Amino acid sequence: MTIQETKENIIEEFELFDDWMDRYNYIIEMGKECEGIEEKYKTKQYLISGCQSQVWLSAEYKEGKIIFQADSDAIITKGIVQLLMRVVNNRTPQEIINEDFSFLDNIGLKEHLSPTRANGLSSMIRQIKLYALVFKTKEEQKQA
Amino acid sequence: MDFDIDNIRKDFPILQLKIRGKSLVYFDNAATSQKPTAVIERMAKYNRSENSNVHRGVHWLSQLATDAMENARETIREHLNAQSIEEVIFTKGTTESINLVASSFGKAFITAGDEIVISEMEHHANIIPWQILCQEKGASLKVSKINPDGSLNIDHYKSLLNSRTKLVALAHVSNVMGIINPIKELIHLAHQKQIPVLIDGAQAIPHTNVDVQELDCDFYAFSAHKMYGPTGVGILYGKKKFLEAMPPYQTGGEMIDQVSFEKTTFADLPFKFEAGTPMIASIIGFGEAIKYINNIGIATIEAYEHQLLDYGTKKLSEINGLTIIGTHKPKAAVISFILDGIHHYDAGSLLDQMGIAVRTGNHCAQPLMKYMHINGTIRASFAFYNTKQEIDLLAEAIVKAQTMLL
Repeated sequence: MTIQETKENIIEEFELFDDWMDRYNYIIEMGKECEGIEEKYKTKQYLISGCQSQVWLSAEYKEGKIIFQADSDAIITKGIVQLLMRVVNNRTPQEIINEDFSFLDNIGLKEHLSPTRANGLSSMIRQIKLYALVFKTKEEQKQA
Repeated sequence: MDFDIDNIRKDFPILQLKIRGKSLVYFDNAATSQKPTAVIERMAKYNRSENSNVHRGVHWLSQLATDAMENARETIREHLNAQSIEEVIFTKGTTESINLVASSFGKAFITAGDEIVISEMEHHANIIPWQILCQEKGASLKVSKINPDGSLNIDHYKSLLNSRTKLVALAHVSNVMGIINPIKELIHLAHQKQIPVLIDGAQAIPHTNVDVQELDCDFYAFSAHKMYGPTGVGILYGKKKFLEAMPPYQTGGEMIDQVSFEKTTFADLPFKFEAGTPMIASIIGFGEAIKYINNIGIATIEAYEHQLLDYGTKKLSEINGLTIIGTHKPKAAVISFILDGIHHYDAGSLLDQMGIAVRTGNHCAQPLMKYMHINGTIRASFAFYNTKQEIDLLAEAIVKAQTMLL
């Protein structure tokens, strides 16, 4: 599935919900199902500290694609993290660099991405893009 | 004046708002309170028909603006029972008031080897200015411990006061827990050793009568926006003997007497500490907010808020898995709590979906969180325009959030 198809799928899933409770129950469910991050990554090095909730993020570069692992101490944040993982995992660095994550506005989660919300999510997106940029640069240097 | 909650609520237009289709339940008053129409209209009137710069023009409008601003200062002086208007300094807010003292009192009175005493329950605004001052001067910061119920450990506090202590800086009311410190006693203990005391009154003065002469505090800092006034303005009350001995905080216009390139002499109090054009409209709005409070009566407000606190404490205590942080009495109308197995961010997000505004997180008091071994709380802080019915809605919403999250 392309990044575009994944986003469209997510938007469609959210369109099925009548009210905020359905939407949040779904996010909470995703948060509960999220495998999270391997214990070895739950360190300061991988921590993105928010004032409210914390997020851990690690990234590996395999065969031209980036594999992310992420986690949070808050379940709603973790659910949204899981949603983002569906979009960004197994993508090329360029796909991630091009992504503006505006699809989150369409599913009523915009407020969680505000930098002032201090839940670590907006910093996580910045970090995801930074990883993509680093992997892309490394790849280009290798080829040069 | 009789306390008629329905009429009171009509004074605050924002309370009519619908948030996500639900009536707003505003329980974030300790962060900022809402503004009554009287304050909003007074500021609009100033901007419509009185706006001019103060203290320097000879023209009619400038005099009108100056009179309005100085009348506000007098209203505030009277509310605090300060001896004179020279002791009432306009600042941006509590944070700036404390920074002013740290800077100017620090320059005049703090040297290497001195000690400054604060407590474990302080807001960051009453920690960091002293930490920086101590670093700059080679002084040391001493932190008075608290007890598990959130109260100040008075024996430990006493043990910290000695001949090296040059200042004590304490919260009147804890912003996280609402616990009211026995500041009259704490000030008295410091004064027995000739140590001046600054009180961070941001969370106290909206809810209770503050008489600076009766307390005998040397400095008292607070903000307008937590007491139904506008943001961007606050007060530093200081005893004249200290303010006179302290150098200016910022320099520029408004605060000078004579200026040449060789030397500048400064204006008298309170203007010495008010460099630049002040927040005139906000100051006038602040005066109006105090008049509004006094019209209802601070004792009436306190009594009603106490009913809300008692009711809220009872109601929330009945919820399984809910623990109130800071149970020591007396308390202002603040209830901070945690929920078993639930992150405060999750609870706050769901309460928000239900139209209920609370504050979550560490409340700018990370050292207190560390002491309590928690990473944050959910804080419901009440004002006199809140109702028991709203507390019922909060309690229902918490149970609903628990059902969804657990």
